[in-house]
Amino acid sequence: MTVFVIRRLFQSILTLFVTSLLIFFAVFAIGNPIDVLIDPAADQIEFERAMKALGLDQPIWDQYFIFLKNALQGDVGRSFVFNTPALELILQRFPATLELALTSLVIANVIGIPLGLYAGLKPESVGGRSIMAGSILGFSLPGFWVKLTMIMLFAVELGWFPAGGRGETATFLGITSSLFTVDGLSHIALPATGLSLFTMALVIRLTRSGVRETLPMDYIKFARAKGLRESRVISVHVLKNILIPIVTVMGLEFGGTVAFTVITETIFSWPGMGKLLIESINFLDRPVVVAYILLVATMFIGINLMVDLVYAVLDPRVRLSDTGSESK
Amino acid sequence: MTHIPTLAVEGLQTWFHTKAGVLKAVNGVSFEVDRGKVLGLVGESGSGKTVTGFSIIGLVDPPGRVEGGRILFNGTDLARLPAEELRQLRGARIAMIFQDPMMTLNPVLRIDTQMIEAIRTHSNVSYKKARSQARDALGQVGIPSPDERLAAYPHQFSGGMRQRVAIAIALLNKPDLIIADEPTTALDVTIQAQILFEVQKLCRQTGTALIWITHDLSVVAAIADEVCVMYAGRIVEQGVIDEVLDRPTHPYTQGLIGSVPGHNRPGSPLQQIPGVMPSLLTLPKGCSFRLRCRYADSACQVEPEMHVVANPYHATKCWHPLSGEVSHGI
Amino acid sequence: MTVVSSTQGSDTTSDEEGRVFVETPLRRFISDFSESWLALAGLVMFLTIVSLAVFAPLIAPQDPYDLSTLDLLDSKLKPGELLSSGQVAWLGTDGLGRDILSAIMYGLRISLAVGASSAFIALFIGASIGLAAAYAGGRVDAIIMRIVDIQLSFPSILIGLVLIAVLGSGTEKIIVALVAVQWAYYARTVRGTALVERRKEYIEAARCLALSSRVILFQHLLPNCLPPLIVLVTVQVAHSIALEASLSFLGVGLPVTEPSLGRLIANGFEYMMSGKYWISFFPGLALLFLILSINLVGDQVRDVLNPRLQR
Repeated sequence: MTVFVIRRLFQSILTLFVTSLLIFFAVFAIGNPIDVLIDPAADQIEFERAMKALGLDQPIWDQYFIFLKNALQGDVGRSFVFNTPALELILQRFPATLELALTSLVIANVIGIPLGLYAGLKPESVGGRSIMAGSILGFSLPGFWVKLTMIMLFAVELGWFPAGGRGETATFLGITSSLFTVDGLSHIALPATGLSLFTMALVIRLTRSGVRETLPMDYIKFARAKGLRESRVISVHVLKNILIPIVTVMGLEFGGTVAFTVITETIFSWPGMGKLLIESINFLDRPVVVAYILLVATMFIGINLMVDLVYAVLDPRVRLSDTGSESK
Repeated sequence: MTHIPTLAVEGLQTWFHTKAGVLKAVNGVSFEVDRGKVLGLVGESGSGKTVTGFSIIGLVDPPGRVEGGRILFNGTDLARLPAEELRQLRGARIAMIFQDPMMTLNPVLRIDTQMIEAIRTHSNVSYKKARSQARDALGQVGIPSPDERLAAYPHQFSGGMRQRVAIAIALLNKPDLIIADEPTTALDVTIQAQILFEVQKLCRQTGTALIWITHDLSVVAAIADEVCVMYAGRIVEQGVIDEVLDRPTHPYTQGLIGSVPGHNRPGSPLQQIPGVMPSLLTLPKGCSFRLRCRYADSACQVEPEMHVVANPYHATKCWHPLSGEVSHGI
Repeated sequence: MTVVSSTQGSDTTSDEEGRVFVETPLRRFISDFSESWLALAGLVMFLTIVSLAVFAPLIAPQDPYDLSTLDLLDSKLKPGELLSSGQVAWLGTDGLGRDILSAIMYGLRISLAVGASSAFIALFIGASIGLAAAYAGGRVDAIIMRIVDIQLSFPSILIGLVLIAVLGSGTEKIIVALVAVQWAYYARTVRGTALVERRKEYIEAARCLALSSRVILFQHLLPNCLPPLIVLVTVQVAHSIALEASLSFLGVGLPVTEPSLGRLIANGFEYMMSGKYWISFFPGLALLFLILSINLVGDQVRDVLNPRLQR
């Protein structure tokens, strides 16, 4: 297990390094770094000072190391628009995004797993077929259009929920979140549900196909031959097997959910970092874009590492097999 | 008072309703097994022997269904028992051992979990007591240091060891009947012999009735008291093991015995049964073996009845039963 | 596999041999596919939408981009109201007096063209790279797959956004971004299948016949990698249409001169709060039907081709 953790940790650091290289070349080498990093409104003296500070007069590899050194210290430049350090700006918006993404993942699993189980156990029933049809619909729904339609229906026509913004927040156990106030809950309901639909469809399908692939297995028949109650066969023997892919996909999907908050936040005026990203792209506020990418990349790599570790805990076979060259 | 055998199967029919038609996987099968006795159920792949086993414990997968006949277990008809009562018998009074030990144990659950749940489902014992029972059962089937092995996962065992674990699980609740579906086919020959010997010993000790399903006549010869030979969903010949093996009367049984390599002198060509088993959808009228049988004539277009040909018990389902001793190496 | 072989763990061979009905793989595929009426409905829906898009210039009530035919007096008409030209605007008009139905038909052309072309370019590039990785093995394989892993660990919309932030927007750039997002899926799938297939006996047999590696690669290996690839293409076409729509909706996708469905929906966003739902709603519905029909077809194809679901 220790070997496994060290291997994975090493791989993650390598991945982070490669990612930083890609970001550097994408933003600094392909684009004109002067356009990217220095406020177009700067005067000549400021311009040269910035050139020197950024090391743009140095060879490209030295530039990369300067970029890396600065990035490691959390310095990726200042926002032109807000004139504050870009990373700080992103981090301020981070809790709102995290709250939205986590809430939507919880909704997706709490509703998706039971529906998927039902559809997998009774694939031929009307209920099972309807759930599957619904999940195909969930996959196909253009996310932004659903959210618009939700606003139109629940906010404009019915007036049940506010159309946008984040509600009041409260602090509980040191965590500040809008989940602790009624106003906050009513604000997060629509965006979180809208954001969860795709993941929910994914969870339903994963659960269903997992159930359908596990049920014909000999060990399920053997569990039944032992005389176990059907409820135990399903909740222990089947569910524990399908939880492995679900946990993996959920871990990875968390990253996807954070990324898709870009659309959700834009539509619902949710003050998170996704909305900030779109605004920054539109205002050509590139240090903020770079900060966003670096932060999200680091986060994803961290998530991948965690998923692999959880996977190893859930699936005893991984731990043993990973000492070889094959993983998973 | 008449004697009630542990298991008496009478005219069992298990059919699969498919798009292509009704597959009569098991079609009118009858046999009995008694306490402490071993019945060998022999046949080629697709002859219906496995489905027969699953029919007894009520685990035939849809679209398959037991359509007719009786499965009398200690006098109770399992075919008509409510699902819940049948579940309570499964694993407690009737246990099953599967063919592929690599697939029988759930890969993500520890051995102790899988053993303890089997005990606690059927009797109200504490976790601790169940665990010590599980440990004893592992020791009984010859697994070294059972205490440590309890906490292991299936992938940490070899195939032979896994099959021992499966056998230990089958024995946990001291069942009256064990159905073993080719449990040694996937194992090495040496392990196969060990397991055969141990299962036989355990059944004799506890008086458990055993149905041993296999395609391997030499295994049956080593372990069984009686044998049923299945072909295309029907039993074609049954009887006391030595009778059937020494004086086979059905041409199919004779063919099976002839196909065992040990029978032949080195260098002489191996005997074989011509053709393949017909699809269950396109069985010929009458005797299902007649298209491959060199003795077949017009009489065979009517299905023969099972009739006794010798004593000790030996019955056959053939219009032209053969006679005469057969020499064989099994 | 027949039912008997799937239910009797041990008895798997004889039914195959005793089979009466001879089916070609294609006929079997078609018959299995038609089993689901939902999938058939999806296919019909997809073909209808494609013909609407292809024949849009012939059948659309109006050319929505011919400014001379537009009349500002027609703006924001409700569905079913009359245009000043006397035609019925079945789905209403937008802020510029453009007939929504016609705009949708033209928008479908752009969405389909961008989505399909990027998916197929990505297929070509990705499959070649994947096959190369599987064939070369060793360090080349390791490096390629590491890049694929890194890319796939990031959500496609994020990669799309970043690329556009770097490249700037424009039709070719969107296609480049969509291809860059998708190639890795094909590469991984082809490489994975090829590695599995490579170990099978028939490749061994081909090697024993001393066939050239090119013949083995393209005539033996590639055809056997096709089933997962077909499934992936259907998924990816839907995916890239949706992604392009999302980017266009966010205002960083196709330029205003190429109004895809995503742009049409974005255009209606501002009118939505005042209850003029139709400007966004109907283009969104069209997008939904398009993606849904592809997914319905793809879903059944996946089920039919998946050997793990015993049929």
